Amino acid sequence: MSANPTKTDPAKANQGLLGYFAKQDRIYPKRVWGKYRKLKWVAMIVTLGIYYLAPFIRWDRGPNLPDQAILIDLQGPRAYWFWIEIWPQEVYILTGILILAAIALFFITSLFGRVWCGYFCPQTVWTDLFIWVERIIQGDRNARKRLREGPWTWTKIRKVTLTHIIWLVIAWCTAGSFVLYFNDAPTLVRSFFEFDVSPTVLGFIAGLTFSTYLMAGFAREQVCTYMCPYARFQSAMFDKDTLIIGYDVERGEPRGKHKKGESWEGRGHCIDCTACVQVCPTGIDIREGLQMECIACGLCVDACNDIMDKIDLPRGLIRYDTTHHMEAKEKGGEEQFRFWRPRTIYYGLILAVVGAVMLSALIFRSPVELHVLRDRNPLYVQLSSGMIRNGYVIKILNKTHQHRVYGLSVEGLDNATIDVKAAGDIDSQSLYVPADSVGSYHIYISADVDPASPRDIQIRLKATEDSSIKESTDTVFITRQER
Amino acid sequence: MSENKPDKTPLEDHESRKHVDEVSGVETTGHSWDGLRELNNPLPRWWVWIFLITIIWSIGYFIIYPAWPVPGGATEGVIGYTQYKELEDSQREIRTRQQAYLEDFEGASYEEILNDAELYNFAVSGGAAAFKENCAACHGTGAQGGKGYPNLNDDDWLWGGQLDEIHQTLLYGIRTDSLDSRMSLMPAFGKDEILEKDEINAVVDYVLSFSAGDHDTTRVSEGRIIFQKQCATCHGNDAKGDQSKGAPNLTDKIWLYGGDRETVYDTVYYARSGMMPSWGNRLDENTIRQLTIYLHQLGGVEESEAEAEQDGDVLELPDKGLYDDAPPESPEYEKTQNLPSGEEAVAPQPEAPVAREETEQETAVSDEREPDKD
Repeated sequence: MSANPTKTDPAKANQGLLGYFAKQDRIYPKRVWGKYRKLKWVAMIVTLGIYYLAPFIRWDRGPNLPDQAILIDLQGPRAYWFWIEIWPQEVYILTGILILAAIALFFITSLFGRVWCGYFCPQTVWTDLFIWVERIIQGDRNARKRLREGPWTWTKIRKVTLTHIIWLVIAWCTAGSFVLYFNDAPTLVRSFFEFDVSPTVLGFIAGLTFSTYLMAGFAREQVCTYMCPYARFQSAMFDKDTLIIGYDVERGEPRGKHKKGESWEGRGHCIDCTACVQVCPTGIDIREGLQMECIACGLCVDACNDIMDKIDLPRGLIRYDTTHHMEAKEKGGEEQFRFWRPRTIYYGLILAVVGAVMLSALIFRSPVELHVLRDRNPLYVQLSSGMIRNGYVIKILNKTHQHRVYGLSVEGLDNATIDVKAAGDIDSQSLYVPADSVGSYHIYISADVDPASPRDIQIRLKATEDSSIKESTDTVFITRQER
Repeated sequence: MSENKPDKTPLEDHESRKHVDEVSGVETTGHSWDGLRELNNPLPRWWVWIFLITIIWSIGYFIIYPAWPVPGGATEGVIGYTQYKELEDSQREIRTRQQAYLEDFEGASYEEILNDAELYNFAVSGGAAAFKENCAACHGTGAQGGKGYPNLNDDDWLWGGQLDEIHQTLLYGIRTDSLDSRMSLMPAFGKDEILEKDEINAVVDYVLSFSAGDHDTTRVSEGRIIFQKQCATCHGNDAKGDQSKGAPNLTDKIWLYGGDRETVYDTVYYARSGMMPSWGNRLDENTIRQLTIYLHQLGGVEESEAEAEQDGDVLELPDKGLYDDAPPESPEYEKTQNLPSGEEAVAPQPEAPVAREETEQETAVSDEREPDKD
């Protein structure tokens, strides 16, 4: 395709340095009907539906809390996902989700090939949507090609302008929806129509509108071919049992034009109609074998099956298949699909383990968190009585929706006293932390200990009204300078 | 094949002598090094355009921001941006924010501040910053002190650890020229030949007996008599010190210069007279008050000790009645510390270098702070 410099139009090749670089070939994917096209429509409607509508789902969390089901509140700063509320300290959950997503991608890819690319990747989905708009306004493949290559007439101006306006509207909706995930959706939509939106929000909308318009309207398959790292490294997850789009060379070749009534003896079933090439959104010829550009969307399968139906031959000249299966068939045998292979088993295991860890982290996380930061300068203080005192800053994360009072205790030190350094008359049993916020207190722990060695202690926290809300943290009580 | 018409582009030129690599099926550029041929996988053309756009973007950047070095500096850029200006802006913003607190802080008494979380936190943070700028040079960044410099985290105070006492010490200093300065002078019992060496040794034994230090028990009673005569005036009959004179408690576990026999001997022989500059003429009243609260929360003593003792939360210390410490500080003393007692140990002149150093430091600081008051 475009990577091939010989396709450069010789008339335009005389462009000096630019002659060294590959020109983007315009691709006009033809309309197609079939099983995989239907799947793609469903995938598009579901994913775009979720994307555009999810910010409007409400979820009651009680007073003074946002009622948006999915919200990333950057000022808060909290992230909300239905009943789950995530604090910045729990960013490991986000990390976990990213790890899960990566391993899930590996797992799915090793089983079914690049289905993510073909059906769910935003680049694919929005490009598909933009091509659909293009087709509705400008017509199918040949009409679009004619229009583009033809002279600028009023009809052309009208059609092209309309296409771009609709693209821009879709891009604007996309950008707007993105911003809604970070703000209260109904409020922001209203203020948008009242022209009362912050420059930050406008900047994000402008930037994302532009990038959506550019990526789905113009860059399209160039993103998959040149920019996307996944496209490149997904081949590392492939093996001979991975589902790929395959052209049955044994059955298809030698290809050639075929007239109705002619015998199929001594020739292949491919009639060289190029239907598979015409529908391909990345502009490749799948009959040349698996290629880096192929996003496994299956549209060529639909196109070929349609042709096979018309010429009364069995479907499946181009099909989702595994290399092993196809090779076995070539030799006349049959081979079962082998879904469970070492690769899929260990991807599956990692997925299960990470998923279980994540789930338990989510389920068993405490409604209160206790962070202890030791004073490091000085490490310890000797008092005139000979007692040793250590200072700690404790941070109490009250994740409950109620104001609470907490009490502290120390394990591992005999007769330790806790002194709270704070305004007013606050002792270690009256640490007040408002709902959904962090309380920070500087405490001194003193004990009459033999300064022979530092000891491991445990600071325990308990809500005074509800003893089930508790947390403890291990730390150390330093009694002398280590030299 | 090798003819190279001048009107041909490199690409066209290449077309006339195509060579396709057998393994990859990709054409080569025609370049060959010892038989290694370069595959022709050209970059997309839009990539070139993006590259050119970034160059144009950089030109805009050059116009807007300071960029080109010219004699005597650099071009200023049309929006006149500098990082100094940015710093000034952010500092001005911080000062404006502080101003709101400062107004409340100025009018509030210590008691009010201690009971108001916002003002208290403001004072502690401001005090911590001022401490690092002005006090950390001697007392250490964590106020942990050192030999000759009191640790301000502990409960042992030479001149008193209550708010007004800390304030007074900060304001006028210790052994300064100020009329209100904390002032006391320990006699150099050995150097000035007030006591014989044997007598000093006996006093040292007596003093060390309180804290179970290394001492000769047989001389304790002799030392006690000398102590009562010579030392008790300031350190008290019970050796628990006197904060009004800055006389340290000799019975506790805290030693400013060291509690080993040799050091205590040196202390009695040469005396100690550390000093601290007065800060009243260098820092404004608000800063002094912030420092006072900061130090008080580090290791200060509550106003009413009796009450504090009943409150189970506060440290229960047996000797709570008297808080004090060893004599004040002087860095030069450390140098003489390990010298044997005798003629070669010259009594130090601590004031001059310390004072000069800190004056310079403070001048720089106050210059910075002047606009603050505008």
